[in-house]
Amino acid sequence: MYRGQSGMWSWLLHRITGLGVLLFLLIHVVDIGLLNFGSKVYNEGISLFGTAAVRVLSMALIGGLLYHSFNGVRIILIDFWPKGARYQGVMFAIVMALTIVSFLPMAYFVMGPVFGWPTGNLRGGA
Amino acid sequence: MNVLMRIRRFDPDKDNKPYWDEFRVEMDPIDRLLDALNTVKWTMDGTLTYRRSCAHGVCGSDAMRINGRNRLACKVLIRDIGNKVTIEPMLGYPVLRDLVVDMDAFFDKYKSIKPYLITTDSEPGTERLQSPEERARYDEGTKCILCGACTGSCPSVWGNPDWVGPATIVNAHRFIFDSRDQGGADRLAILGQRNGVWRCRTIFNCADACPRGIPVTELIEQVKRAIVYGGDTKVE
Repeated sequence: MYRGQSGMWSWLLHRITGLGVLLFLLIHVVDIGLLNFGSKVYNEGISLFGTAAVRVLSMALIGGLLYHSFNGVRIILIDFWPKGARYQGVMFAIVMALTIVSFLPMAYFVMGPVFGWPTGNLRGGA
Repeated sequence: MNVLMRIRRFDPDKDNKPYWDEFRVEMDPIDRLLDALNTVKWTMDGTLTYRRSCAHGVCGSDAMRINGRNRLACKVLIRDIGNKVTIEPMLGYPVLRDLVVDMDAFFDKYKSIKPYLITTDSEPGTERLQSPEERARYDEGTKCILCGACTGSCPSVWGNPDWVGPATIVNAHRFIFDSRDQGGADRLAILGQRNGVWRCRTIFNCADACPRGIPVTELIEQVKRAIVYGGDTKVE
């Protein structure tokens, strides 16, 4: 085990979230593919996304996507901005802050229907 | 200060696999960890094996994993590690015995980027002059002592032992950005290959591990950009 520092953990998290997003893409191909079997099959399949368990997985996807996107920008800056490597630690803190700040309101709307929180005109799933 | 030292041991002649050994030593807080290792070797267990030479952070022979991070044992003070320390050989190198790792492949990679001045012009009558600014351009790379701490801290090296690794790129940088050198294009061509700079994933363990404070990842990024911008080393 190597203890590393923020750069190592950001890299590891980037890899894990990247694989997670890839896994969702495969699931997404399957759920969209249900359309081939007609609207009834598709609607029944997609209704799974309204269940509490899949909503928790959706939150993991949202968190993973947000982190992967923001950290991707950080990596581009490290590669192309001459001062990027010097500020990688600060940029990692910014990435984490942006991820959390963006994640919380989305998590509220995704989990709202499960807990009966008001979510305005947004429908809680299918 | 009483210090408990947990040391990863392995003797290929006796052991099937590595194991942990423990020693308690009484040290002064301003002793170095190397002094503690010497105390163990000289007074408790003469079979403990590790490299050390200058003992002053210049030769780079005592790089090892100390409390999970690559450091030089001669630069770590007892007061900074407390009452308990874990010492292991560096990752990414075959272990020869105890804390001694095989660095042959490391030096072969180092030699692969031609770490010496290359000139094609005829020999000048006097010195090869350069301005202080030109000298400053590659200053960081000149500090490398080839201890291998950066290369042993890099997950890309752990995953692919064929990758040249950070130390090699730092030493290439030292010549690529030297205004007197004319072999930069050759070195950039070598580092632009499959096992060149592109396997660096900007993990920054190397910069953290470097006992000379070299911003290793930053130098690797400069080499990457020099390749991307067609070998232009003047863009920054």
